[in-house]
Amino acid sequence: MAFVSSGYNPDKPMEGRISDIGPRLYKDFLPPVLEKNYGKWVSHEILEPGLLVHEAESGDKVYTVRVGSARLVSTEYIREACEVAKKYCDGYIRWTTRNNIEFMTTSLESAKALKADLNGRKFDKGSYKFPVGGTGASVSNIVHTQGWIHCHTPATDASGTVKVIMDELFEDFTNMRMPAIVRVAVACCLNMCGACHCSDLAVVGFHRKPPYVDHEYLDNLCEIPLAIASCPTGALKPGKTDLADGKKVNTILVNQERCMYCGNCYTMCPSLPLSDKEGDGVIIMVGGKVSNRISMPKFSKVAVAFIPNEPPRWPTLAKVCKKIISTYAAEANKYERLGDWAERIGWESFFEKCDLEFTHHLIDDFRDPAYFTWRQSTNFKF
Amino acid sequence: MAKHPTPLLDQLESGPWPSFVSDMKHAAEQRHKNPRGTNQQIPEGVIDDLLGLLEMSFEDGTTHWKHGGIVGVFGYGGGVIGRYCDQPDKFPGVAHFHTVRLNQPSGLYYKADYLEELCDLWDMRGSGMTNMHGSTGDIIWLGTTTPQLEEIFYELTHKHNQDLGGSGSNLRTPACCLGMSRCEYACIDAQDICHTFTNEYQDMLHRPQFPYKFKIKVDGCPNGCVCSIARSDFSIIGTWKDDIKIDQAAVKAYVGGEIAPNAGAHAGRDWGKFDIQKEVIDLCPTKCMSYEGGKLAIDTKNCYRCMHCINVMPKALRVGDERGASILVGAKAPILDGAQMSSLLVPFVPAEGSYDEIKEVLESIWDWWMEEGKNRERLGETLKRLGFQKVLEVTGIKPMAQHVKEPRTNPYIFWKEDEVPGGWTRDINDYRKLHQR
Ligand code: HEM
Ligand code: HEM
Ligand code: HEM
Ligand code: HEM
Ligand code: SF4
Ligand code: SF4
Ligand code: SF4
Ligand code: SF4
Repeated sequence: MAFVSSGYNPDKPMEGRISDIGPRLYKDFLPPVLEKNYGKWVSHEILEPGLLVHEAESGDKVYTVRVGSARLVSTEYIREACEVAKKYCDGYIRWTTRNNIEFMTTSLESAKALKADLNGRKFDKGSYKFPVGGTGASVSNIVHTQGWIHCHTPATDASGTVKVIMDELFEDFTNMRMPAIVRVAVACCLNMCGACHCSDLAVVGFHRKPPYVDHEYLDNLCEIPLAIASCPTGALKPGKTDLADGKKVNTILVNQERCMYCGNCYTMCPSLPLSDKEGDGVIIMVGGKVSNRISMPKFSKVAVAFIPNEPPRWPTLAKVCKKIISTYAAEANKYERLGDWAERIGWESFFEKCDLEFTHHLIDDFRDPAYFTWRQSTNFKF
Repeated sequence: MAKHPTPLLDQLESGPWPSFVSDMKHAAEQRHKNPRGTNQQIPEGVIDDLLGLLEMSFEDGTTHWKHGGIVGVFGYGGGVIGRYCDQPDKFPGVAHFHTVRLNQPSGLYYKADYLEELCDLWDMRGSGMTNMHGSTGDIIWLGTTTPQLEEIFYELTHKHNQDLGGSGSNLRTPACCLGMSRCEYACIDAQDICHTFTNEYQDMLHRPQFPYKFKIKVDGCPNGCVCSIARSDFSIIGTWKDDIKIDQAAVKAYVGGEIAPNAGAHAGRDWGKFDIQKEVIDLCPTKCMSYEGGKLAIDTKNCYRCMHCINVMPKALRVGDERGASILVGAKAPILDGAQMSSLLVPFVPAEGSYDEIKEVLESIWDWWMEEGKNRERLGETLKRLGFQKVLEVTGIKPMAQHVKEPRTNPYIFWKEDEVPGGWTRDINDYRKLHQR
């Protein structure tokens, strides 16, 4: 189609330019009952899975229906969510930090109708569009990153792995039968844009091969010193090599023993790609949390050092996730987060109960902090 | 444009969880039908090609996106991420497929009309695919071409009063929980703080001036729903100083089983009758609670405000009235030397009015980090390299026992010369007066 100008004039970019205006004012988007009772809420209750009521000092109540959603969504999907919001919620809608969508209304009757309506909407092939749930002691929606849909460094896909894990744990999204909330995250590489490192269950994409070196093009495409400086382990150094035609070129040499496959160098230099079908896969980490409730926030720990990518449905990954979550659900005390449970029973028991093999890859050997994870005690369980 | 077969992706259409593949296929169809008569400025087959490219990744187990190129809008050093695919001949619709980050409103509330306006714009000038929301908090628009970037920015700012978010070595788009808008635990106005700081520091958000990215996140209470303690260089977390407010009658109602504990969060399973001793008193991490003679007591001096008891009995217990924020600094993802969480810097600061006290702390940290931080070094790493004492020094905050979990075990203590009487400049001859060679 023909180019349509917005009014922007490329010859005079500064003409009438508006910048630095920031986001829209959140107050303009608050449902009236929330605006009226702002800062004056006194309590809340989860009436049934996915249905919350919040009560204000004034006696006003707001009913919230929470639904799961993919994070990767089309405008068509957003429009449908908007249509629902217009039908039941005077056109107000909100997303949660975990990619859930919330619909709010002041009438319980309308909230129930809303719930039924949302649960009734499905895609052609049968998956729910807006499954109601994600409240209380449930497995809530997965926070995650881009993966193969849009990033250059992933070691796995994000939307795909999230879909299969949530399919597997679906009953625990729509029910509240966990000992405590369970937070799951997927990050498609160790950059962890999704910052898995403090989740109850985290899936992290992981490369296992040092970068290729595209000697022929490297010197033309990359700033060699920048790429070398980007390597955290000092695995790179400048060098020369002979191409097949005898030509000598400046390039980068990789000390493969030192490489931790982080991909920093690839970010600086496109001639150092590292992804690989056999090399790439995922790590499973468990037992992290961010809330200060009962115990301090803590990092997730590696429970499985490597699971290969098995698209499209990653069956091994799904199985292991299910096993860990169901063992936790069966064994932990009420209010006990996954990491608190593992600490109480001891990590040696955790591996036993979850049927996970303990391998040498699970002993930290990365710089100083490693030592603090070894056992300086005779207190352990047989 | 012909559709590409996607036998692998098709297997992600089954199962109950919302299928992004079904959504994309539907969106691709709608793009061809074009029911709203949208004047599509990027290829009609863009979503078909995106599916085709993703199918290829599923087949060969790797990504097909190349590096970001340097693209953006005039005068901004962030907000757009360049993206090109490495199979442009097969999938021309996504040959150029840049990301646009839109600064989300605090708390992620929207009016449907507004979202629909944004959808219209994105259907016209982009792929129609989005993330609601990206990890940092922004609305993410996935996929447009370079000539559309200025047009999108122009329309956003002129018609929708909407700015871009941050990327690169900038302040990243600040984010917050929903706070006072709907949560009785909110000790601070998380949304207002987030909005105020975002506007105050627009320059830092749009123009790279830091060693690396810098994130600010605001949680209304120690429950930490936006995970600021784990996800931000500067974490503002609501807290309080005085007594937890107790409604003894409501406590009795919990004990008597009239109100479900934890707001009904455990309703899906039979956990037995609520036992206040076992579920609250004994789980209190500081053991500062007692329940005797039908009366709940909390020793405020020893409570460290973990939220557990309040979460279990929200109708009986309320956060105190002397409210403010704790500031913690330096969280980052594992990359390089391991993950870090934010460390406590300011135990309590009032969080009202224009938040000047918080801004002062933030700005003095920036001044120092811009001076001392190495290229691509997060604040947490600078702190680790130069020591926590440095940040106390530059912010003028007095060291206190609250700053540590425990005192150091390593006795190699560095002293400053002026801390030692007489200083370090000494004459060997003075020494020799007492000690022979
Ligand atoms: C009964 C106590 C709690 C209440 C009433 C509560 C309330 C809420 C609310 C209203 C949200 C939506 C906020 C938003 O998306 O911005 C939320 C989200 C969240 N909360 Fe809580 N919370 C409670 C306890 C906790 C605890 C103990 C944790 C952590 C251990 C926690 C972690 C989270 C997280 C990670 C989110 C993001 C989840 C989502 O958006 O779906 N919450 N919580
Ligand atoms: C519960 C919901 C969670 C959400 C919504 C979430 C989301 C995100 C997102 C979007 C990022 C990208 C960085 C950013 O924008 O700040 C991130 C980073 C991070 N997340 Fe999470 N995450 C969650 C849970 C956790 C948990 C439980 C941890 C555990 C510690 C954690 C630790 C981190 C860390 C360390 C980073 C890197 C922070 C940085 O370098 O800025 N996240 N998280
Ligand atoms: C070498 C380091 C890193 C590189 C090369 C990198 C690269 C990228 C790229 C290219 C994207 C855009 C993906 C897209 O939408 O096309 C991205 C997104 C993002 N990155 Fe990173 N990143 C790095 C480190 C980190 C770290 C340490 C964090 C910390 C938490 C982080 C947080 C984020 C977040 C929050 C997003 C938005 C992602 C989303 O919403 O899915 N990045 N990163
Ligand atoms: C600042 C560094 C330290 C110095 C200069 C130091 C010096 C000494 C000296 C001079 C002795 C006496 C040797 C002798 O004549 O028998 C000693 C003994 C000892 N030190 Fe240290 N020490 C230091 C740190 C530590 C630390 C950190 C530990 C343990 C955590 C430690 C554990 C011991 C032990 C177990 C003995 C033997 C005590 C005994 O025989 O009962 N030292 N140290
Ligand atoms: S986690 Fe890694 S692969 Fe995934 S979006 Fe972030 S940088 Fe890209
Ligand atoms: S992948 Fe990481 S560790 Fe390996 S060479 Fe590149 S920068 Fe160094
Ligand atoms: S962080 Fe606290 S105040 Fe904010 S939404 Fe969560 S529970 Fe409420
Ligand atoms: S908030 Fe936590 S520490 Fe304080 S009384 Fe309640 S359970 Fe105990």
